[in-house]
Amino acid sequence: MSTAPTMSTAPTMNTAPTMGTLSLAVLHARYQVLETIRIPIAVIGNMLFPALAMLFFVVPQSVVARDPVTATADTGQLAMFAVMSTCLFSFGLGAAEDRALPFEPYLRTLPAGPVPQMIGRMFSGAVFALLGLIPLVLIAWLFTAATVTPRQTLLSLLVIVGVALPFLGLGLGIGYSMSPKAAIAVVQVVLFPMAFAGGLFMPPEIFPRWLDVFSKTLPSRAGRDLLVQALTGLHASATAIPVLLGWGILFAVFAVWAYRRDEGRRFR
Amino acid sequence: MTAPVIEVSHVTRRFGAVVALDDVSLAVQPGELVGMLGPNGAGKTTLLSLVNGLRKPDAGTIRLFGGDPRTPASRVRLGSTPQETGLPPTLKVAEVVDFVGRHYPNPRPTGDLLEQFGLSEMARRQAGGLSGGEKRRLAVALALVGNPALVLLDEPTTGLDVDGRHMLWAALRDYHASGGTIVLTSHYLEEVQALAERVVVIDHGHVLADDALDVVIGRVAVRRVALTLPDAADLVALRGLPGVVDVSEVGNGVNRAELLTADADALVRELVRTDTAFSDLEVRSASLEEAFLALTRKEVAA
Repeated sequence: MSTAPTMSTAPTMNTAPTMGTLSLAVLHARYQVLETIRIPIAVIGNMLFPALAMLFFVVPQSVVARDPVTATADTGQLAMFAVMSTCLFSFGLGAAEDRALPFEPYLRTLPAGPVPQMIGRMFSGAVFALLGLIPLVLIAWLFTAATVTPRQTLLSLLVIVGVALPFLGLGLGIGYSMSPKAAIAVVQVVLFPMAFAGGLFMPPEIFPRWLDVFSKTLPSRAGRDLLVQALTGLHASATAIPVLLGWGILFAVFAVWAYRRDEGRRFR
Repeated sequence: MTAPVIEVSHVTRRFGAVVALDDVSLAVQPGELVGMLGPNGAGKTTLLSLVNGLRKPDAGTIRLFGGDPRTPASRVRLGSTPQETGLPPTLKVAEVVDFVGRHYPNPRPTGDLLEQFGLSEMARRQAGGLSGGEKRRLAVALALVGNPALVLLDEPTTGLDVDGRHMLWAALRDYHASGGTIVLTSHYLEEVQALAERVVVIDHGHVLADDALDVVIGRVAVRRVALTLPDAADLVALRGLPGVVDVSEVGNGVNRAELLTADADALVRELVRTDTAFSDLEVRSASLEEAFLALTRKEVAA
């Protein structure tokens, strides 16, 4: 070997500097993005579903597609679905799969705590969530009357990040408490009913009264309403923010509980 | 006297009802090359997982470079290997090396390292597509990428062919010659013999032996001698023969006995000299497992 490890002469020094958390987080984010794009179908699938839903269910209905407000609102609710789905799949399933790999314990022997990996995961999740929105927004822009001002666009991006957080917690909670096989089943069972009842596939205006009342207690509906408000100015109900916050706290507790429990089981 | 790189004192670790390590104490000094020998399930891997901070002991203390191995700063000069099956399948070989190297302040250039481990041609291949031997080499290369002062290697050459094994051994000897400390586990006597200067024998969570290589080899390199005696009473006399560490009767009414001895030649000469009547003599080298058993029984008897 050409480079002699000169550090071995001072083995008592235990305060050796580790790499900065931020640079390690960037490193983990980069490699997680790289790992994901090596399986292009995972990325394409993620981008395709909301775009196809838009193309098949919104664009052909000329009444909806020609009305700027409803078209924009429909784009918003499908965007909400895309974000929710990315959070649940990439964090829920992704974390469960990583935990099952022997590379995960190895990473814990490197001189880095769990924080950089967690930040990296959030970052790569955000990248793919936004990537998933591109075809949806393009279709809305090209084939419907949907329209937003630059200010609304910016506000909506912030709202998207905000409404994504509770689902990030739910995803991580699922990912750290279950095996990959259980996680994929649970994610699907949670995702589709919650999306439907939250008015992400059909606008809640056409819901029967009882479903609308129930819907308003769901985080998916609260997130949808806030996003639609940011996009169109249609006011969300007053309960949207408290509902979202409540679920957010609950899911955050779930995520922390699952992470600690997992650590206690595997690395006691 | 420099401070030890690893200091394990009175460490006990249980998994449910199983005691994986029972009051183990051990210190490794800078520059040592220690081989940990023991059958599967002896506690070797558990000991390594305590030293690399993956697990914590139920009792006792572990110091790594004088610090707690569970804090990242203590692991800056530690290198360890992933299990070969655990490499991220979609990342390319050079990317995996680069990714791990960037966790360290002073990593080795990826190209150099791949060259040394004969992996240069695979640099652009995805890790999932490597052969078992290539994965094994990559796993060991990852232990060295951070220019560590200590590497922990769990069964480094399991599943490698002869060439691959010798290449790895050469790389480890180079690293050691440049001042690095190595702790490796193996259940191959041959591997420990080829590399280690000091050998620690572990079984059932206990340190059975901890000594220079040749001393330990002398104790575990035993032969198994089997013979049949016409008279059951003679079985007792066998215990007094030279170098016999263990006698077990096979039974079945044929008075067959198995002896473990450090010197089979002297034993047979003695049998002949004392005119012992025996038949069906069989001599073969004892497996490591049998040697450990002999060692265990002797420790218990002592």
